[in-house]
Amino acid sequence: MIRHVTSRGLQSLAVLAVMSFVVYGLMGLMPGDPIDLMIASDPHLSATDALRLKALYGLDRPWTERYLAWLLQVLQGELGYSRLYARPVLDALLPALGNTALLMLTALALALTVAVPVGIVASLRPGSVFDHAVNLVAFASVSLPTFWLGLMLIVVFAVSLGWLPASGIEDVGGDGGLAERLRHMALPVATLALAGMGQYVRHMRAAMIGEAHHDYVRTARAKGCSPARIVLRHQFRNALIPVTTILALELGGLFSGALITETVFAWPGMGRLIFEAVMGNDFNLALSGLLLATAMTLLGSILADLAYAALDRRVSYR
Amino acid sequence: MSPHLRSLFAALVLCAGAALPATAQPETRAIEARTKDELVIGITQFPATFHPNIESMLAKTYVLDMATRPFTAFDPHWKLVCMLCEKLPTLENGLATREGEHGVALTYTIRADAKWADGTPVTTEDVLFTVDAGRHPLSGVSNSELYRRILKVEVRDKKTFVLHMDRLTFDYNAINDLRLVPAHIERPRFELPAEYRNRTAYDQDTTNPGLYNGPFRIAEVVQGSHIVLERNPYWDGQAPAFKRVVVKTIENTAALEANLLSGGVDMVAGELGLPLDQSLAFEKRVGKDWNIIFKPGLVYEHIDLNLGSPILADKRVRQALLFAIDREAINRQLFGGRQPVARTSVNPLDGVHADDVPTYRFDPARAAQLLDEAGWKMSGSVRRNAEGAPLSLELSTTAGSRSRELVSQVLQAQWRKAGIEVRLRVEPPRVFFGDTVTRRKFPHMALFAWYSAPESVPRTTLHSTMIPSEANNWSGQNYPGYVNPRMDQLIDAIEVELDRPKRVALWHELQQLYADELPALPLFFRSDAFILPKALKGVTPTGHQDPSTLWIETWRWQPDSDPVPAPTEKSPSKEKKVPAKKGKP
Repeated sequence: MIRHVTSRGLQSLAVLAVMSFVVYGLMGLMPGDPIDLMIASDPHLSATDALRLKALYGLDRPWTERYLAWLLQVLQGELGYSRLYARPVLDALLPALGNTALLMLTALALALTVAVPVGIVASLRPGSVFDHAVNLVAFASVSLPTFWLGLMLIVVFAVSLGWLPASGIEDVGGDGGLAERLRHMALPVATLALAGMGQYVRHMRAAMIGEAHHDYVRTARAKGCSPARIVLRHQFRNALIPVTTILALELGGLFSGALITETVFAWPGMGRLIFEAVMGNDFNLALSGLLLATAMTLLGSILADLAYAALDRRVSYR
Repeated sequence: MSPHLRSLFAALVLCAGAALPATAQPETRAIEARTKDELVIGITQFPATFHPNIESMLAKTYVLDMATRPFTAFDPHWKLVCMLCEKLPTLENGLATREGEHGVALTYTIRADAKWADGTPVTTEDVLFTVDAGRHPLSGVSNSELYRRILKVEVRDKKTFVLHMDRLTFDYNAINDLRLVPAHIERPRFELPAEYRNRTAYDQDTTNPGLYNGPFRIAEVVQGSHIVLERNPYWDGQAPAFKRVVVKTIENTAALEANLLSGGVDMVAGELGLPLDQSLAFEKRVGKDWNIIFKPGLVYEHIDLNLGSPILADKRVRQALLFAIDREAINRQLFGGRQPVARTSVNPLDGVHADDVPTYRFDPARAAQLLDEAGWKMSGSVRRNAEGAPLSLELSTTAGSRSRELVSQVLQAQWRKAGIEVRLRVEPPRVFFGDTVTRRKFPHMALFAWYSAPESVPRTTLHSTMIPSEANNWSGQNYPGYVNPRMDQLIDAIEVELDRPKRVALWHELQQLYADELPALPLFFRSDAFILPKALKGVTPTGHQDPSTLWIETWRWQPDSDPVPAPTEKSPSKEKKVPAKKGKP
């Protein structure tokens, strides 16, 4: 097991190194840079200013040269300064990371809390009215654009009913307490949870139906096990394996944020931060954010491997 | 369903049902609790930095204009006024004197009552430091034009200084770009100039009161979310009516509108608010409940023509293109008549605007005649030249701007009726401005906007030395590649002509030439929509680059039923100070 995890860890490091090169290269090859944009919007910025600023920000050097300098800096444990936010990368990254983790984890927890039982119940009577209704809602959940759903929730709960705040992470001048945070989280969390719920319901339902046809279920029934015991102790445990894979791959998303939802609800999270960093050629910030998300996805994959072994004793790593 | 699962479902439904009404009360309370002392403004962009001279960004200017004062600025009537100085230097009042062949010496005195919000007086020390930093090539100051033009700063005393400038231009006493930074805070951070942009207190210690000399100071910053401004206790000008101003950033304009309707924000800034089409729809739906001001400004929406193209090198084709489109109809149909049609790049609100230049009203017959003369004859539905090549052009513009995309589609349809085939090319702003336009890669036409200033001389956009090329490292903004010796002479002459009537005459000729030659097709001057609550009085949109917040102290919360209070001339000196919150990164 330890050998397997070490090997996967080393592979992940290699993937991260390749990713950093590819991301840096793609950003470096994008046409234009922030100074070009500045010139285009301000006719009074002179050519001398443009050249001076490009040299100051290192934008006059080839991207490969800049990449090597960045890599050297990171290997020394220094993530550098964010050009866009004029502060150390970690100072810009950590608050956004905290906001995103809070939002995404809550939404995931809520989605799973609803989706897992609903998926299980729907799988018990495939083709029933309840199953059809669940399928319909699940398809709607998968198909609804999050920006539309978010705006509708704002219109209903913030504009029409006035129950919840339409945006932000806390009241301006408020106490910043838990109740205040929860009220601000309600709509973005509901949007993300509703949007994500459908796929978890469908996966859970499909996995449970798949398990229902296995011999061990028939054997358990023949042995006189109660239906609840068969479903919850036997089928459910095995059906969790494909769901675990999906959840593991979601881990990266938990830390890279949800750009559209964050934008609609003015939630200062990682999605907006990374997007702005990429578009603004803030290499230090964009690289750190994207590599963090990649690392989390890779970590999720390793954790999924470990979870398989825990859920299915037939699986072992050598 | 098992009994356990049924119980679980029931619990979830009960929790959800119970949570919503319970959460409704605090929000309602929060809105009700917001008194007239606090104003919440919604904008669509968050400032990248708070340093007045590093990076130019409208969101930053909008916020900082409440907390800092430039030396000079254009007022809402487009008149140059002193903000931080006592008197504008002029040749007539003797505070400006000619020096050598071309230079000028300008004597300014800082207002006696000007203080930073930590109580430190604003002095010539701050002027010296600001100029030093502005001239340093590594300081990160973006627009260094003013600092390059300052040859020397001569200090007379703590409040009076003389700027020795390299050239005497007509706008010699406008030093709008001189935004002071406090020497007592910033000088120690400038010891390593190359590190200054990362060490400046404006970004590292944003809530330090000593950074601000306006009616407000920044008291709290939540990155990407909102900025809180509180009164500067040392401000001795007219006291602002609001104790706190909160600027909230909501990038998505639909969400911004929802926030306005739900009470999350009190008003939407015109400078950085809803696009015109959305504002018009808002006005139709709920306009009676709001005070909506549509203010045409200096944003010049136009189509740059690549004069290197053999088709567009012919002036008759350029004129025909303009005769073939109905800009008035577009303005009526798409913008509710709120965006004035442009004749040239000079705004009708500008004092040097000429009324008698060719207007190119929609005239398909005249367009057809000009194209015939230029050798483009109608052949089926498309015009062709003698070789049989179709009159086919490409129009590039930016993606993401709904109104611009709509305009380009209407233009395409109108030109098609004139036998001109137009292909639309929509690119992300990053590609469009970073490459296509700046490197003159658009084959024929590029639709975008210029931001300008009152009586702004179009040197960078029309002078023949300002054509971007590889040889000059793509500098200059004369993207059409327009070359006309007379235009160059006019630009050179306007810059140094001090006699206003003579300068107006030169401007008149420049606009005549522009309208005749059409290096670009003028479309509209963009309008900003200020959506204000009816009780908010005193907001005066300027239409130029100095936003309305520069006069924040004149804003008042005055419901129509309330009597008008007399404005206070001085800040209450014993006002209780609110401790600055630590800025969140």
